[in-house]
Amino acid sequence: MPTKPAGTLYRGREGMWSWVGHRITGVVIFFFLLVHVLDTSLVRVSPEAYTAVIGAYKNPLMALGETGLVAAIVFHAFNGLRIIAVDFWKKGAKYQRQMLWTVLGLWVVVMAGFAIRHLSLALGGH
Amino acid sequence: MTATIQPPRSGRPSSGQPGSGRIQPKYRRNGSSKGNFEMFAWLFMRLSGVVLVVLIFGHLAVNLLVGEGIHAIDFGFVAGKWADPFWQVWDLAMLWLAMLHGTNGVRTIINDYAERDATRLWLKVVLYAATTVIIILGTLVIFTFDPCPVANGVQLPGGFCPAP
Repeated sequence: MPTKPAGTLYRGREGMWSWVGHRITGVVIFFFLLVHVLDTSLVRVSPEAYTAVIGAYKNPLMALGETGLVAAIVFHAFNGLRIIAVDFWKKGAKYQRQMLWTVLGLWVVVMAGFAIRHLSLALGGH
Repeated sequence: MTATIQPPRSGRPSSGQPGSGRIQPKYRRNGSSKGNFEMFAWLFMRLSGVVLVVLIFGHLAVNLLVGEGIHAIDFGFVAGKWADPFWQVWDLAMLWLAMLHGTNGVRTIINDYAERDATRLWLKVVLYAATTVIIILGTLVIFTFDPCPVANGVQLPGGFCPAP
């Protein structure tokens, strides 16, 4: 009867969940990138077509979506730097858990700043 | 509980030199068919990742946080940025690096989760086709952008045209 496997560097806990988060945010960002190149390409159709479609990004619901997208990008960016540190820094694997909590702390700070600025601009009267 | 790890039985006896026959050729990672492609892909993810952090954070700050933020974005905003070669190069680098980084990430995910050979093949054919179209389209848009578009001899409204 196999016993329940003990936590390892990559199974369970911070190591695995950061990997799951990195995959999910990566896929989300990739599909947005495809759409974003297509909507920007409308500048070659006509000025009005571009401005009309970009106008679709400027409503309260999309403002929340944009904040969620930036949250995914900032997590993927900071956790990516953590992965590089795990791979290239001699003590990276040893401190991978502390680095994840640093990533999450920085993520909260950056996202608080971004959300306040972007939502007040996007939801403010214009 | 302690576990003893058995020495490998399949490897030939060590001749004392590293890499000299201790690993059977079929278990070598740099087999002749794939070369070092996977190693370069791994390295590319890390190098492009660092550059993308700078490019995308700059992109978000300039487009969403400065001035009146997202409300400033329209055709004129894009025309103003791409009048400057600095932003053309910035956006071109961002397009290529992000698309290749993202494509390699999705390729890895397809390899991990699609178990049938045919499924993996077709998902990657679709992925590479989409990547090719998006990179070529985006590159053409950046370099053929016209701030004063004309259709049938008439200037389109909203463009930035020189005074006649």
